[in-house]
Amino acid sequence: MREITLSQAVNEAIAEEMRRDPTVFLMGEDVAEAGTPFKVLSGLVEEFGTERVIDTPISEPGFVGLAVGAAMTGARPIVDLMFGDFIYLVMDQLCNQAAKQHYMSGGKLTVPMVLRTNMGATRRSAAQHSQSLQALVAHIPGLKVAMPSSAYEAKGLMKTAIRDNNPVVIFEDKLMYQDKAPVPEEEYLIPFGVANIKREGSDITLIGTSSMVQVAEKAAEILALEGISAEVIDPRTIVPLDEATLLASVKKTSRAIVIDEGHQSYGVTAEIASRLNEKAFYHLDAPVLRMGAMDVPVPFSPALEDLTVPTPEQVAANARRLCAGELIHAA
Amino acid sequence: MAKAKSNTEDYLRMYRQMVRIRTFEDNANQLYLSAKMPGLTHMYSGEEAVAVGICEALTDDDRITSTHRGHGHCVAKGAEFKQMFCELLGKAEGYCRGKGGSMHIADQSHGNLGANAIVGGSMGIATGSALRAKLQGADDVTVCFFGDGATAQGLMYEVMNMAALWHLPVIYACENNGYSEYTKTEEIAAGSITARAEAFGIEAHQVDGQDVLAVNDLTRKLVARARKGEGPFFMELMTYRYHGHHVGDINREYYRSKDEEKDWRDNRDPIIRFRAHLVSEGIATEEDLDAMNAEVERDAAEAVAYALDAAYPDASEVDMHVFAA
Repeated sequence: MREITLSQAVNEAIAEEMRRDPTVFLMGEDVAEAGTPFKVLSGLVEEFGTERVIDTPISEPGFVGLAVGAAMTGARPIVDLMFGDFIYLVMDQLCNQAAKQHYMSGGKLTVPMVLRTNMGATRRSAAQHSQSLQALVAHIPGLKVAMPSSAYEAKGLMKTAIRDNNPVVIFEDKLMYQDKAPVPEEEYLIPFGVANIKREGSDITLIGTSSMVQVAEKAAEILALEGISAEVIDPRTIVPLDEATLLASVKKTSRAIVIDEGHQSYGVTAEIASRLNEKAFYHLDAPVLRMGAMDVPVPFSPALEDLTVPTPEQVAANARRLCAGELIHAA
Repeated sequence: MAKAKSNTEDYLRMYRQMVRIRTFEDNANQLYLSAKMPGLTHMYSGEEAVAVGICEALTDDDRITSTHRGHGHCVAKGAEFKQMFCELLGKAEGYCRGKGGSMHIADQSHGNLGANAIVGGSMGIATGSALRAKLQGADDVTVCFFGDGATAQGLMYEVMNMAALWHLPVIYACENNGYSEYTKTEEIAAGSITARAEAFGIEAHQVDGQDVLAVNDLTRKLVARARKGEGPFFMELMTYRYHGHHVGDINREYYRSKDEEKDWRDNRDPIIRFRAHLVSEGIATEEDLDAMNAEVERDAAEAVAYALDAAYPDASEVDMHVFAA
């Protein structure tokens, strides 16, 4: 099978959906000629024109608000938020407006829009261009949240997001844009709420999101050399969450570590760990461990930044201790 | 009164719609005062000529976005009393199945995209609706209602900039009722409100919001031009709210005097003024109009009685409509 980058996969998904559905359009800062700073959208304006690939002023609340209104009246906008850190700027439009219209109207209004943005530290971009803020939006009822872990996932999840009748936020890890993976030529979609068992195992379950799937897989390889069999699961979407697959795995392995690049406190890892504790407690042989980013603003210095994100070695070390029956007190 | 070319039927409908709004609000206030309505609500009384003058210039395909003070817009855009009172009382037959309440009434069948409880919160939605119209080649126009208080929100300037850049068919209707919640507008708004729109190259008009014909006349012209791609436009409608910020804001002399309120009620009431015009022009008699008022009051009383007896939503609806299918 051919291999393409995550960036190309996103581009293909959007192009295919724009060809398929004339109501789909794209807007955001520097999405047209520039194709975004990461060049993810290069070439789309040539095919679809400036009517459907719209460069906006640097007005995040404004253009996200426009997307909400366009979505409520019959269009399917994809808005590009250049950095995930800018989510703070658009919280009212996203959480008070987009997320609540369907419920507040008793089911009459719908907001079929996609907000694609990114996450991920270790790019030396410092505290305001490195955050992974998926927990903020996952907390809000009415928003779906997808976290692709490879080019294959990015394409299938993007296509599903564009066809979904709800506001969907997609977090792409900006360090993975050039990562290649096998992606079929023929069309496919990946349904929301269906986790992907990346590797089967019997001693411990490693649940990772986005870039942390790779981290979990590498940890599993390290552990395998030591005779510890780790199962790796990618939830793909954290809202909706495929709780059943996670629970079935944990009931089988009796141990779990949840890894996500958002801050650890009050985060995605806490939510998933809590659900496992509530619903699989009597199957557990060890406390479910959370591994998120350190609870510090992301530092600039490479000497410091790399300390803030979970690594395969740290995951393996924690897994080793859990399997040995040691208690780990997370910070 | 400004002169607008219209026929008798249009005039009487405008009068009736203004009376319907006032009557709706009087009943809503009574529901609050008699503790029959959950929560609070914001009365539109005094501002009727704005909603009616504007909405009478629109079709059902044209969209509006409304505000926390939104009952007037909802009625003027064609909503029915029964579903509105049911919504105010949190009943299942309300426009939003009781999930929205006073501050979130939406009536999609008449193009009302909904009231909004965030001041200025719907400005993106209105402008986005206009963007959709332009992209899809539709000729509908969207009117964005907001108050003078919302002119202090940054969102307004972001979306007006884009509307002007892209010539979107949106009309920004600023209802300047003189008060930003409990504060005089002159204390929160520097310079001129219309000049802010003009800075983006948006044609802006200030109009007497107590004169329904003046509002309607201006809106018709702007809507026709917006349909042809000449938008956006901005209107500042000078008006007054008779009640406080909300129904519970009763002792309000610390921020505005009773004399001032009396002056607006006695001398600038939009319904009294239009009524005098209809009678003096021979369009209707006092008796005709009294009969119309009485009919509207009966409708409202029936709708209130119906809503009070109507069923609440079943508990099973609480987690329904979080996500669309």
